[in-house]
Amino acid sequence: MIAAAASLAAGFLALSLVATGLRGRSWASVFVYGASAVLSLGLLGAGLVALVTGGAATHMTLPVGLPWLGAHLRLDALSAVFAAIIGLGGAAISAYAIGYGRQEHEPHRVLPFYPGFLGAMTMVVLAADAFTFLLSWETMSLLSWALVLTHHREQETRGAGYLYLVMAGFGTMVLLLAFGLMAGADGSYDFAAMRAVEHGPALAALVLGLTAVGAGSKAGLLPLHVWLPVAHPAAPSHVSALMSGVMTKVALYGFIRVAFDLLGPVPWWMSVPVIVTGAVTAVMGILFANVDGDAKRVLAYSTIENIGVIFAALGLALAFRANDMQTLAALALTAGLIHAMNHMLFKSLLFMVAGAVLNATGRHDLDGLGGLIHRMPKTAFLALVGVTAISALPPLNGFVSEWLLFQAILQSPQLSQPGLQFLVPAVGGLLALAAALAAACFVRFYGVIFLGRPRTDVAQEAVETDRWSLSAMAGLALLCGFAGIVPGLLVDLVAPAVERALGSRVPMQAGNHWFTLVPVANVQSSYSGFLVMVFVAISGGLSAWLVHRLASRRLRRAPAWDCGFPNADPVTQYGAGSFAQPIRRVMATVLAARETVTMPPPGDTKPARHTAHTEDLAWTRVYIPLIAFVGAAAARLNALQFLTIRRYLSLVFGSLILLLTGLTIWN
Amino acid sequence: MELIIGLILQGVQMLVVLALAPGLAGLVRKVKARLMRRRGAPVVQPYRDLMRLMRKDVVLAENASWLFRVSPYMIFAATWVAAALVPTFAIGLQFSWTADLIALVALLGSARFFLALAGMDAGTSFGGLGASREMMIGALAEPAMLLMVFTVALVAGSTQLSNVVTFVASDAVGIRVSMGLALVALIIVALAENARIPVDNPATHLELTMVHEAMVLEYSGRHLAMIELAASLKLLLYMALIGCIFVPWGIAPASAGAGGLALGALSFLAKLAVGGVMLAVFETSIAKMRVFRVPDFLGAALMLGLLGTLLLFVSRSL
Repeated sequence: MIAAAASLAAGFLALSLVATGLRGRSWASVFVYGASAVLSLGLLGAGLVALVTGGAATHMTLPVGLPWLGAHLRLDALSAVFAAIIGLGGAAISAYAIGYGRQEHEPHRVLPFYPGFLGAMTMVVLAADAFTFLLSWETMSLLSWALVLTHHREQETRGAGYLYLVMAGFGTMVLLLAFGLMAGADGSYDFAAMRAVEHGPALAALVLGLTAVGAGSKAGLLPLHVWLPVAHPAAPSHVSALMSGVMTKVALYGFIRVAFDLLGPVPWWMSVPVIVTGAVTAVMGILFANVDGDAKRVLAYSTIENIGVIFAALGLALAFRANDMQTLAALALTAGLIHAMNHMLFKSLLFMVAGAVLNATGRHDLDGLGGLIHRMPKTAFLALVGVTAISALPPLNGFVSEWLLFQAILQSPQLSQPGLQFLVPAVGGLLALAAALAAACFVRFYGVIFLGRPRTDVAQEAVETDRWSLSAMAGLALLCGFAGIVPGLLVDLVAPAVERALGSRVPMQAGNHWFTLVPVANVQSSYSGFLVMVFVAISGGLSAWLVHRLASRRLRRAPAWDCGFPNADPVTQYGAGSFAQPIRRVMATVLAARETVTMPPPGDTKPARHTAHTEDLAWTRVYIPLIAFVGAAAARLNALQFLTIRRYLSLVFGSLILLLTGLTIWN
Repeated sequence: MELIIGLILQGVQMLVVLALAPGLAGLVRKVKARLMRRRGAPVVQPYRDLMRLMRKDVVLAENASWLFRVSPYMIFAATWVAAALVPTFAIGLQFSWTADLIALVALLGSARFFLALAGMDAGTSFGGLGASREMMIGALAEPAMLLMVFTVALVAGSTQLSNVVTFVASDAVGIRVSMGLALVALIIVALAENARIPVDNPATHLELTMVHEAMVLEYSGRHLAMIELAASLKLLLYMALIGCIFVPWGIAPASAGAGGLALGALSFLAKLAVGGVMLAVFETSIAKMRVFRVPDFLGAALMLGLLGTLLLFVSRSL
């Protein structure tokens, strides 16, 4: 299987080279995206076959890379889960791009990088030595950076690209340190060798922390998230979908690979920062999403929330594992993996929706849209599936993973450390808050874009998007429903990966009646998405039929009542800012929200102005001082560029002496 | 045979909650009116209102989409299914394992989600106002509810309501401080979720403080009837929930005979009546809060829920 997966990755990279030569051809876009979709489907197939056949690891070594190491590639169950995620996401997004990509003015800025980006992500999950892993990781970062810069003429995009480059470089550097520590002084960069070494608790904690920072900066963990809400939306929408839906999962893979496979056991207290950071990230991410006014940025912030939820699940799995409760650790890890999969499905879908709306109207600010359910009915329906799924509402898939996570949280009293016993319920409260805020956020997102009356002329004249885009979105929407209705299938599918990581798994779900999910055998908490769907469909359909049959089916149209103010101007509708007002006020402290009202003096006819302002405290309190410090230091060091040759020589000599002295003392 | 009886009992439960829900709303209104020295409409008035609304034309706002027309049935169906899964007169019904307490809360969340969307659909300022406030209240009530669920699950060892009832009704429980805190938290959440005073006023119209009524302002005819029915089902659901978790006595155990079921039905009726009267007394004796005081009110529920959970960590017998 690894040979197939590796050749698919090579195929992606080759396609990138071919795409470079296709500049100016009219069919280039269809060819590149079509071929990417086919290769992605192949990757999905390879991942699924590897999982269904029990996830036995297959290994190969290529004679490239470091001469004494070679490139080790390996497809085990964990890689297979993420290969399937990349494959599925890549296939749907490439199919979407066949239609969406036609709108691109400068396709030669996207096409050469797009397949390579997919290939680099595939290589990350296949890599089985630190060198290949980091090389693929950095390739992935750089290619996605190039994709972010597609619309490089816009000032905002350039800023976003720069910030992304800095953060990506920082992340890779930290990961390099983590792998270096694991490899030890002998430098055994092969994953198999790292796995075999017993790491001391202090070292393990350090490596885990570094990995969380390195992978977390790519995934969008607080406070390393600042680049994500500017960089993801700056890219063309299908690339945003790929970055938010798929690349963040690859970052998660990096963390899971190190924390659950390479590192071996870590002390229990190391799970605390992971759980807390995850929960705080979830709440803060969705709060920012609730107050932001840009459609794609709202989605990017919501990605931060979901990454936080997954990290909380992973931290919980670490805590259970440190207490030798492998079954419960398996439950938490399963919740995390399934949420990663679900998030890929609905976040890609929603970015596609945002792209379709952007194409139809040219706008991505929420307040310039409205009423699109009339103009783009199919997109609106698929978007409704997406927002219902992401708001964790039954019977769709988002709820399943949240439910599994809550079941894991409910088992936390079995943990033996009082600290964790107190912490985990509070985290459960935070995650419930995040889930409820997500519902608020997506009512706002959907309501302002699709419902109500159009706020601008472009929204008034929007037309439905193309068939390729629609079918890709429909595919993902169907999968959202399917994964919610038969969640047991997913649990069984990721079970080999969980078993590989923890040596234990959630009980087999395949034999349960009515596709019921029973994650912990002796607790008897159960949920059947299938039955909930059937019951809601039957009772809703039956009541509608009865009412129409027995009571009344007459209907007439009239101006909206609105308490006696019909046909007011569309700007009197609730918009993005006004919908966010209650939450902005309630959470004013953490959002640093300020509202200013300027009233003209009596008798003056100037308009009164109300402005609401929120800021990201991480940015203003951490990053701006940091940037100022780096700038000041650079200005000081700048003087070193203009020295005489004598001074340079004495500097070199001085540092040589210093190093030699240090070495002598060390020895 | 057992399966058929199970199915029948489940069907009876669905019909019972549906049939009793408007009556409960009528009872609350009647008692409130009497407490204010008014005569009040008869208890059966909500049934009459529903019949009347059902027969009337629907007047649809010009801009309303299909979502606006589908939502009432979705909201009703989600609420009805949720209400059918709460033990009322008997536990261990055929499909009681379909959803646990968390899934039940999420089902009600679905109903709220569609109600808020419907509020925004007509494109009026009042609809959006109601929707945004409702989502804010929901965002605060849901974590409080979950912490309450947490406390109950810690005591009873399960989030499946049938198991909770069996455990609480057994002698093993006794009086617990944590359950008391959870009860207060659940009552606060129930008041907020059902748009009762002090969070919202179910009798209000044309007021800037309204939440639920603002969302359904554009609804009329059969659509409004479905939404009103769903609202009264939700009230009944919360009463049944409080009843089955905190005063589970009388509920027929799984595979009970006809006598047990009759006793269960009687005790359920009695619980509903007592709950309805208490709600009316409570609502008459306090005033409505400003909207931005509601977070403090719900924050209290959140803290009580957390306190209940933490007490259990200090000692499992508290």
